[in-house]
Amino acid sequence: MLELKDICFEVEEDGPKTIVSGVNLTVGDGKFVVITGPNGSGKSTLAKIIAGIQQPTSGSILLDGEDITGLSITGRAQRGIGYAFQNPVRFKGIRVKDLIRIAVGADISVTEACNYLSEVGLCARNYIDREVNASLSGGELKRIEIATVLARRSRIAVFDEPEAGIDLWSFGNLIEVFERMRSANSANSILVISHQERILNIADEIVVLTGGRITAHGARQEILPSILGTGAAVDVCERMGGRS
Amino acid sequence: MDEIQKRILSEVADLHGVPEGAYNIRVNGRSEARSSTANIEITSKQDVSGIDIRIKDGTKNQSLHIPVVLSKSGLKETVYNDFYVGDDCDVVIVAGCGIDNCGGQDSQHDGIHRFYVGKNSKIRYVEKHYGAGSGTGKRILNPVTEVTLGANSFMEMEMVQIKGVDSTVRETKAELAEGAKLVVHERLMTHGEQSAISTYDVQLNGEGSDADIISRSVARDKSYQRFDARLAGNAPCAGHSECDSIIMDEACISAIPRLDANNVDAALIHEAAIGKIAGEQIIKLMTLGLTEKQAEEQIINGFLA
Repeated sequence: MLELKDICFEVEEDGPKTIVSGVNLTVGDGKFVVITGPNGSGKSTLAKIIAGIQQPTSGSILLDGEDITGLSITGRAQRGIGYAFQNPVRFKGIRVKDLIRIAVGADISVTEACNYLSEVGLCARNYIDREVNASLSGGELKRIEIATVLARRSRIAVFDEPEAGIDLWSFGNLIEVFERMRSANSANSILVISHQERILNIADEIVVLTGGRITAHGARQEILPSILGTGAAVDVCERMGGRS
Repeated sequence: MDEIQKRILSEVADLHGVPEGAYNIRVNGRSEARSSTANIEITSKQDVSGIDIRIKDGTKNQSLHIPVVLSKSGLKETVYNDFYVGDDCDVVIVAGCGIDNCGGQDSQHDGIHRFYVGKNSKIRYVEKHYGAGSGTGKRILNPVTEVTLGANSFMEMEMVQIKGVDSTVRETKAELAEGAKLVVHERLMTHGEQSAISTYDVQLNGEGSDADIISRSVARDKSYQRFDARLAGNAPCAGHSECDSIIMDEACISAIPRLDANNVDAALIHEAAIGKIAGEQIIKLMTLGLTEKQAEEQIINGFLA
């Protein structure tokens, strides 16, 4: 179980500016929780605070009862926080299989590493020896990013806009990835930052963040009807069309 | 050979004993072991220190090892090795030099390698440099490599210097005839107050000649690196040079690419990029459970792999 207690995050920008304010949130075991809300509402910042990439100005974070607020990114990763970047990082010289091996934390065989790529719909043979560099497309990188988080088998896997940059085919695949993650381990939880209706549709709970504050939180059936048609829940085609 | 010498030999040439094929193992200024084969003949030079290597036409799938080991502090030598490679050969040449300096005097090896490669021949040349030892004397390596590539020949050079060499001035010169191709992969890491200068002068003289010079380097601590690559296109040809460096701590790196197009059909490209390790690369690897230091090592190892 992940608990956020009164999380605040401020930055200095011509005086103090509040990005996240008084966020209290519990992600129960086995839950699939989607955080949505307008652009600039602090969703990605909150995801980074959970992963340890940003330190909250105040408040605390508990994982299975342990206060992890003071832990580094590494410390949190080792305790089971996974984090998928919105914009995956490129590396010159590091190959896909190296990244997956690091994620697993053991010197696994190429076949085992390939399994994670197959999970995200990539033909493993074509990718396993590729460098994670600029030769990969945004969509390929995004799927490799998700594969590295799958390989972590995290207690809490945080995905920041996992659908950004992937095509329609892999969007369906992504939904299946989440569904398989849920059925593989009923104790682990998934926290996704997304506006996508199809992702909201498979959530157990939806959290709406507006101006850095939680303005709604409840079961999907309760929250989704009220946000459909707003910027917090958009149809996949509409959003992708808007980007193209 | 003693244990230190054996260790250096394994670092520079991956050798744990006497290699197969032709070889000349030079230890502290003299030939420790030598073997010619039916196709590869090694003879000592008479006028200066060094060897002549003659590889017969049509020699295929053979290897030549010529490692150099210096374990005596204060030893300075200049060695001339000339390689005469016949036509239609396919040979692997493993050179390399390791210095273990436990004393207070500088140790220095200046190796001058000249290659004359015949038509249609294919050479893979591997040269590793390594320094060790706790002495205050410097470990200095100044290699000069001159390559003359015959028509339609191919030479791939892998030059690696990862550790322990205090000062290097590397000079590589090449002349390419029609259809010849040269590929160079240079990997370099400097630390402490080391200095490494690498200069290239590649003359693309023949029609269809092609050169690809790729340097990846990491400069740490207060070290200094300079990469100075000149490609001259004197015929319809293709040339590419690339210098990609990671800078750390208080190091300095200069990249000075130069292209001279002397023919309207010379297609020449250079790329140079110097930058520190991106913070988000470290963060990504930390989210996968590595510490900051492990993440940094992983990024550097991958970059130099």
